[in-house]
Formats: sequence, C-alpha cells, structure tokens
Amino acid sequence: MATFFGEVLSVYSRAVEEEDEEELDENEEDEQIRRELEEKRAVHLHWSPDVTELLRSGNKLQCSSFILAVGHNAASFLSAYVLASANWDAAGRALAWNERSRSGAGRSGEESACVFYRHKDEPSVLICNVTCHIAEDQLFEWTEKVFDCLQSRELAVTVLSDRSVADYKTPDYLCSSSAPFLRSLHSSAFADRPVCPSLEQPNIITGLPAAVLNHCQVHRIAAVVYQCYSDVAGPDSVTVESYKPVLNKLGRSIQVNSPPSTDVLRKFLRSAEIQSNLYI
Amino acid sequence: PYYTSICTPIVDDCLNVPAVAVGNVGQLAVDLVVSTLNMSRVGYFHTDCLIPMAGNNPYASCKDDTEELHTPAEVYTAAELKLAVLQIRAPILQTRSKRFRQQLVSWIKASGFSRTVVLSSSHAYQRDDQQLQGTPLRYLITPSLLTTSADALKELSWREMERMPAFPGVKDADAEPRLCIPGGGITKGLYTDSCAEDLPLAVLLLFCSEGDNIPDAFALVNHLNDWLHLLDEPNRKWKVPSSWSLLFGSGIPPALF
Repeated sequence: MATFFGEVLSVYSRAVEEEDEEELDENEEDEQIRRELEEKRAVHLHWSPDVTELLRSGNKLQCSSFILAVGHNAASFLSAYVLASANWDAAGRALAWNERSRSGAGRSGEESACVFYRHKDEPSVLICNVTCHIAEDQLFEWTEKVFDCLQSRELAVTVLSDRSVADYKTPDYLCSSSAPFLRSLHSSAFADRPVCPSLEQPNIITGLPAAVLNHCQVHRIAAVVYQCYSDVAGPDSVTVESYKPVLNKLGRSIQVNSPPSTDVLRKFLRSAEIQSNLYI
Repeated sequence: PYYTSICTPIVDDCLNVPAVAVGNVGQLAVDLVVSTLNMSRVGYFHTDCLIPMAGNNPYASCKDDTEELHTPAEVYTAAELKLAVLQIRAPILQTRSKRFRQQLVSWIKASGFSRTVVLSSSHAYQRDDQQLQGTPLRYLITPSLLTTSADALKELSWREMERMPAFPGVKDADAEPRLCIPGGGITKGLYTDSCAEDLPLAVLLLFCSEGDNIPDAFALVNHLNDWLHLLDEPNRKWKVPSSWSLLFGSGIPPALF
C-alpha cells in the first residue's frame, strides 16, 4: 500500500496471513515433503512398560486427579512442593518436535521435557511437567492423545501455567508490586471454588492450558487453570511460591511433609538455562 | 465428529458465519449479533484447525454469567428469529485452512440450514480504480440461494463483488476475470466450495484496513440487518459486548506524565 510520501509498504493483517490466491498444484515431491514434515511434528507418547501394557489391553489409566504444569516456574513448584516427596514413579513422556526444539546429536533435554509421574501409593494421581514449547499446531493433538489414555469419569484436572504480566490487560495500570498474582479459569463441570479470582474480561488464555481447558469443556470434565502472571521472565522463586494457595486443593497426601527450604527451591530453579545475560 | 451439541438440534435456521479476515470485521459483527439478540450457546465446533484459546463469557451482562468458559468456535441460536450463528474466535492454522473449510461445509450440509451468510472483509488497499468509488460493501451469492433471494437483493440494490482481470492492464483475451478476495481468509474458498456443492450461501463483505475496526463492524452488521431484519424495532441499538474493552492495551501508567 502507498503511504502519503509515496513509499510502497507491505500491509500485514492481524487476522490473516498472506496466502496463495490459487491453491497451487503440488507435485508429488512437494506433497511428500509436506507429509514428512507433518509426521516429524506428530506428538508421540512413550509410557513406562506397565502403562503401555495396560493401554495395549484396551484399558485406560485410572485417573482421579491430573495435574499439569506448563512453564518453568509451574514445573519447579510441583517439583519442589509435590514431587520432592520421592513417592512418585516416572510414568512416561510426551515428545513433540517443532521449530523451537533444540537440535543436536542424541536426545536433547528439550525434547523429553513433558514428563509424566504417577504416585506410588495413589496411582490415580497423575502429574505432568511441561517445560518445552508445544507449537500451535501440536496443542490439539497433544491434548487428545494424552486424554485418550485417561479414563474421564470423575476426573479432575488442574493446570498451573506461567504467563508474563505484560499479557494481562487491566484498566488500572498495574504497578509491578502486585505481580506475581494468580487468576483462574474453569470448565462448566468444575464445581469447586478456585483459590483466586476469575480471569477478568477481556483477558484470555492460549497455549496448552487453553487446549486442555477446551477439551475438558467439550467433554464435560471438571478442570481449572491457575495462571500466574509474573513480571520476571525466567525462573524465579517468588513466582514459584505464588502457586502455594493451590496446595490446599491438591490433597494433603501427595504433598511434601514440610515446605522446601530456599536451597531446595534454588536447586530446581537452576535447572533452567540462562537464555542470555544481556539483561541481567 | 467436531460438532458437539449441548442441546436443541438446529434445523432450518439461517446460519451466520464470520470469516477470519482482515480487521476481524466479520467476527466483530457476529459479536454484535450475539450480544444484542441475547443468543444462547447450543454447541461447540471442536476442531484441530483453530489455535486454542479460552476465556470467560465475552457476552456477560451480569454477575451470574461471567464465569462461563467459552472456546474458539461455538454455535449460538435465537430460536424466535430462526437464526443460528457460529462464532470463530481464533485464527485458522495456516496449514489446515483447506481442511477447516471442508469441515465447515460438511457441517453446514449435515445441519440442513435454510441458508448461510458469511460475513467477511477484504483489504481496502487492493481495490482497483472502480472499487475505490461508492460503497465499500459487496455481496456474493451462490446460484442455489439466488433462486430464492433474487428479489430481495434487487430491492436492496447491493453491489456484487467484481471479478478482477488476471493481469490488470494487460489486454489478454484468454485470461478470464476471476474472483479475488485478498485478506478474506477462507471466504473465497468457502464460496467456491458452496457453489460446487450447491449450497445456499451468501457472502457479505466490506473493504477495510487493519486498525480500529469497530465502525466497520457496525457498518457490516447494519448492512446485514437491511436484509435479514434481525433488529427491527426503530429504537433498538446494537449492544457492545463486555469483551470489547481495552482493545489497545491496559490503562496508561500515571508516571508516564
């Protein structure tokens, strides 16, 4: 489009991408490349042998509580306050390759960063820590494949999710002292009371928490998402501790006996790499 | 497989569908329709072709209905007006646009809507000299719907979307003028598929640019109303939903001044 000064600029739309006008006839080679790319991006679940055996015989995982953490701080919270009790078995992992997966020889850490844990004494409690990026086109598949393995009757889903406070819209300017804070969103089947205020208009959630919540809404599963808005981009102990109110809803039996010390917390937070020291 | 009904099967209604297009005008117009007519949600269009998102009730008017979860594509009805609406709130994944169109067309066929109206928009900057003059509103209609609506359209004296020459300025007798809806998302595909499947479908679109597209939404929905008479009482106005707030970001920090 031409500006007032006569330059020609490209115009971008927030709604649509520049698409091909005609649908180009793809030759076989193009189609094959496209198919291979799609296969590479497919989501794969790798369960432990006993879970695989169970699923192979046509049964589903008995699950009364599925707790999902999306993001480093959420995952660190579950690691420090729940998984540290050492009563958990690794039950499996989900692999989803996409453009943000770190490539390299052998299995990279990022690729196996969706790990499932089952409680030893209460095997119907399942936890999943997701610290890698699941691309937009993989979210639905990830959700369907995981929930396909779980029996959905009497299932309660809790999702903890990290978010930047820059994504939070409010009419009153939010001064930094109020972050980090929690907001909740729940499916219609969720009958309990969330531990924090509900997400106000016009805010929305996206990504894996949204995909999971959509699935639960459509399939009438009780689910709640606790989104933590933080002003710190990386791993941060204050953000991790802001998830504490959720503990009341998670069941005493699966939690650690005493709250973790700062040293323990620091250990979990160090596992996330420093992306850049440009802004320390 | 992708449509989950909550209640009341839809039969014989007129369906309004927005195309995710430049300025999101179709979707904003649909927001106005749902909000004003107090439509009730009757089903989810649960598909892997849309980017997932979720939020509380965007049409909440009182405290009781604020905490109700809404998904990227949902169907609403206003039974007394025999009107159904599919609202789409998220972008279509680029690689799945054709598949989404197919899902939409097969759902429309299976549901038996009496007619479908697609609300859409197109890049204003790509208009040719002719299109720069006069109204920015255009329509398209499939042969199947033309048979029943020809008179109404003549009365409204609407402008049909022009076919564009394949190579403007080049006098090529072989190149047929073709339909071109830049920035219209799946609009053109939906229209051509519907012609092929003999579906009664109309497209109402508006030339616009990205920006504050609320006036565009009002223009489109009033245009639709001239035909469908959804809002007939003289003093009734379109009701803006509560989700149309903070469109340009949060409040300004006072320390800025």
